[in-house]
Amino acid sequence: MRAAAPGRTAPTPAVLAVSDLRTQFFTDAGVVRAVDGVSFTVGAGEALGIVGESGSGKSVTAQSLMRLLEEPARIVSGRIHFQGRDVLAMTPSELRKLRGAGMAMVFQDPMTSLNPVLRIARQLVETMMAHGSFGEGEATRRGVKLLGRMGITTPERAINSYPHQFSGGMRQRVALAMGMSNEPALLIADEPTTALDVTIQAQILELLSELNREFGTAIVLISHDLGVIAGLCSRVLVMYAGEVVEEGSAEAVLSDPKHPYSWALVNAVPRLDRDPTAGKRLTAIEGAPPDPLSEPPGCRFAPRCPFRIERCSDHPELLEIGPGHKSRCWVTQAGASLELPATAPLSTSPVAGEVGLATEGSEPGEGGIVALVRSSPPRPISPSGRAFGAPKERPTDLSHEGRGEEPPFPTPLLEVRGLVKHFALPKRGFFEPHRYVHAVDGVDLTVKRGETVGLVGESGCGKSTLARLILRIHRPDSGSILFEGNEIAQALPGTIRPLRRHLQMVFQDPYASLNSRMTVEQILDEPLRVHGLATTAAEIRERVAELLEIVRLDPKSGARFPHEFSGGQRQRISIARALAVKPSFIVADEPISALDVNIQAQILNLMLRLQEELGLTYLFIAHDLAVVRHISDRVVVLYLGKVAEVAPAKDLFAAPLHPYTRYLISAVPIPDASIERRRERLRLAGEPPSAVAPPSGCRFRTRCPLAQPICAETPPLLAEHRLGHFAACHFAGQF
Amino acid sequence: MTAFDQGSVTLATFAPVRSKGQRWRRRYGVAAIGATIILVWFVIALACPYLTRYGPDAVDVSLRLRPPSAAHWLGTDELGRDVFARLLYGSRISLFTGFVVVLLGAAFGTLVGGAAAFMRGRAEELIMRLTDLVLCFPPIILALAIAAALGIGTTNTIIAMLVVWWPKFARLAHSLVLVQRSQEYVEAAVVIGLKPARILARHIIPNAVGPLIVLVTLDLGNAIITFAGLSFLGLGVVPPTPEWGSMVAEGRELVEQWWVAAFPGFAILSVVLGFNFLGDGVRDWLDPKARQR
Repeated sequence: MRAAAPGRTAPTPAVLAVSDLRTQFFTDAGVVRAVDGVSFTVGAGEALGIVGESGSGKSVTAQSLMRLLEEPARIVSGRIHFQGRDVLAMTPSELRKLRGAGMAMVFQDPMTSLNPVLRIARQLVETMMAHGSFGEGEATRRGVKLLGRMGITTPERAINSYPHQFSGGMRQRVALAMGMSNEPALLIADEPTTALDVTIQAQILELLSELNREFGTAIVLISHDLGVIAGLCSRVLVMYAGEVVEEGSAEAVLSDPKHPYSWALVNAVPRLDRDPTAGKRLTAIEGAPPDPLSEPPGCRFAPRCPFRIERCSDHPELLEIGPGHKSRCWVTQAGASLELPATAPLSTSPVAGEVGLATEGSEPGEGGIVALVRSSPPRPISPSGRAFGAPKERPTDLSHEGRGEEPPFPTPLLEVRGLVKHFALPKRGFFEPHRYVHAVDGVDLTVKRGETVGLVGESGCGKSTLARLILRIHRPDSGSILFEGNEIAQALPGTIRPLRRHLQMVFQDPYASLNSRMTVEQILDEPLRVHGLATTAAEIRERVAELLEIVRLDPKSGARFPHEFSGGQRQRISIARALAVKPSFIVADEPISALDVNIQAQILNLMLRLQEELGLTYLFIAHDLAVVRHISDRVVVLYLGKVAEVAPAKDLFAAPLHPYTRYLISAVPIPDASIERRRERLRLAGEPPSAVAPPSGCRFRTRCPLAQPICAETPPLLAEHRLGHFAACHFAGQF
Repeated sequence: MTAFDQGSVTLATFAPVRSKGQRWRRRYGVAAIGATIILVWFVIALACPYLTRYGPDAVDVSLRLRPPSAAHWLGTDELGRDVFARLLYGSRISLFTGFVVVLLGAAFGTLVGGAAAFMRGRAEELIMRLTDLVLCFPPIILALAIAAALGIGTTNTIIAMLVVWWPKFARLAHSLVLVQRSQEYVEAAVVIGLKPARILARHIIPNAVGPLIVLVTLDLGNAIITFAGLSFLGLGVVPPTPEWGSMVAEGRELVEQWWVAAFPGFAILSVVLGFNFLGDGVRDWLDPKARQR
């Protein structure tokens, strides 16, 4: 994205210098060392990225910089120098001057970081006037200019609007305008794009990069997404358990990480620029970050580290291992590089069974699980269907090459035709007509037995509604849903109930999808009892233990409550609940999007293993295209309630036919700084139109560069342009 | 962004970290006081015959309007009855009516409101508009009118209060169930194949019950004061039943003999305060966010 990063070529004086910062939370249970001796500098105009999983201390670091912490958090020691001044010694009035004028911050959630009851103008002008550099008239004029600069069309009108009148991406632009209003020397952006869709994320990152270049504003970008960091930042800090474990240039850290944790982060994410068919398993490191109340005395990552050596029981220091590259690791400090033995190259084989490497399928006890599963085989399959009960019978390589000779998945398990769901909005007035959200508007979808169909699209495209229609949580307005030959679109609840045994769902939010007042055993035994799969207490206990083992949880943890588990573990419980009734089909609605990358990899691996062992069929919904490509055989792209494109995963990403798909793929950041900088990006302008009054004809035409008059008149049909590759576009493949 | 300010906290001037006990006292100290007050009144209600040698209705006109003394700790009223004895016996009816009104009102209101939120559609509209209708009236006036129509007496007053009491629970239960309904775990229960009644009983209600418990606790004091108010206006209990509200009413003209009205007044105050303190504590205890601090 950027030709050269300022601050990298010639060392400039530091805007921000942090040394040995320690921030601690004094909780009832004890002292949590959230930030434990962090030091770094940010040069003028430099962009620094901080990565790490949740709880690694990256956000607390950011808050410490501006002293935004509240009880029970305290900065207990360290130095923060901003433009040579000691931030920790500042008086409240000096701090106020610093915040906003010297340092500004943009938060993750644009929905809550703006005051909903004040007009944008008021909030923006207030920010500028607070520091006394502008009068009201001048501030307003500047505000309009700033909003325009942030890419808001008609800024004169926008400035007099309320935050709720904007979409998430627009609000983030407003928040950026507020952050930039006093031309701060440093902008701290805490996960600024995490709540946004990929195309909007690409727009915001582009904007940040321009601000960095044009205004010379130094940026500290906090993110869990290495791709986001790669495009914008010249230097990267990797944090783990409150410490910096690696520091270096973005290129070096992302392409040749020198700390096992960074290595694990880099390898845990599926990438669009790599061929996934070679090996479906991702590198997931086992376990979870250490208990923040009692960190291990040695290297904090050692218990999970596949490269662990004896020396790791001593706590390593952050030492220079190359020019500008530091690592907190005995192994790399001794000169070793982080590569797994050549016999088991990690990214290409599912059997890279090194110590601590949870590439599912290599763990001890696997045979036992398989046996357990076989002892209770999946339900018999319809006469014409092939039995997928045994693991070997499912083609593991998903035979993209085999396409053409014979379809690999002969029997359709699910056939959706012309499905429609409109939600009524509250009337604006008594005599006004009802308005409807066209959530799902004539969707066709076929899922064959044993395959994984990925469903992608931006928020509001109707993918979650589609899932809930297929599972009949909602009742469709029209259309048909044929599941194993049963028409369920309009079936009564009583008719569907017995079918629910074969049709299950895994939900997005591991915190909301489990009833917090029930123990794990109660959660898992409910489906068993309802469908009469286990009746006696002993049977149930046995089956619950078995289920927990299948999802790799401690079989004895049945008596615990969901809140005693981490997000990833909760998602395993959610999967176990879906598996309890031995279903043939599972709809997974963004099952990993609420999780950290490493946990994402664990859950993806688990789902892949379960599919092999149990012959499951998945409808996998996600907004992350790399993940979808990784797990899916076929991919369906939704846009505003309609299918834009359907194709085998490989074909879709190699040669997309629909312009929208091309934009989507182009917007996905790749976690490699050198690739990301060289990449020519297609920029999709604007935001999806409202689903209340969708555009006539082709829904994408309002943002489409190919749009012709015909696109407004005739909605394009979903036509097969290549073998198995469908697109709904009048000019398919011409973009 | 600029709204934050943590004051002039510098590294040297940190307040000491509070111990676990100190934190508990900060959080639940007031609630403990409330619970103690309530407990004391319960003991009194159960044990009042053993706590005084006078009967609550023992009239002795020769001893009327005596000030507090060693023989009559809180003095005597116009009919020469011992105020202390009547105060103790009065706790029985106050606590009883408070609990009956709130528990029955909460049970009925929760059922109605919860069912409305669960059923949606026309039934919901009907039930909730009816609730709004009752809420339109000032509760004490409506209760007064109903009690007057039904006639004086404890049972009639309780019925009158119940009529005005359930809607607030119906509103709360309605909104709580609405929130829980759209949670993913409820969708998961649907996907598993549970029937609606079981989803409501096993999943929704247990998760919605917290705020209802808080309202019940806070509302007990409210019900007691309302009943005392109705009795004060002459509607609650049939004389000579000892009741705090009617005792205050009897003493309200007697400015010189302050003890006749003041002590039952204090009794009402202490019970209501006790329940409010306790209710605040219950709320903090059930709110995980407040608990963390």
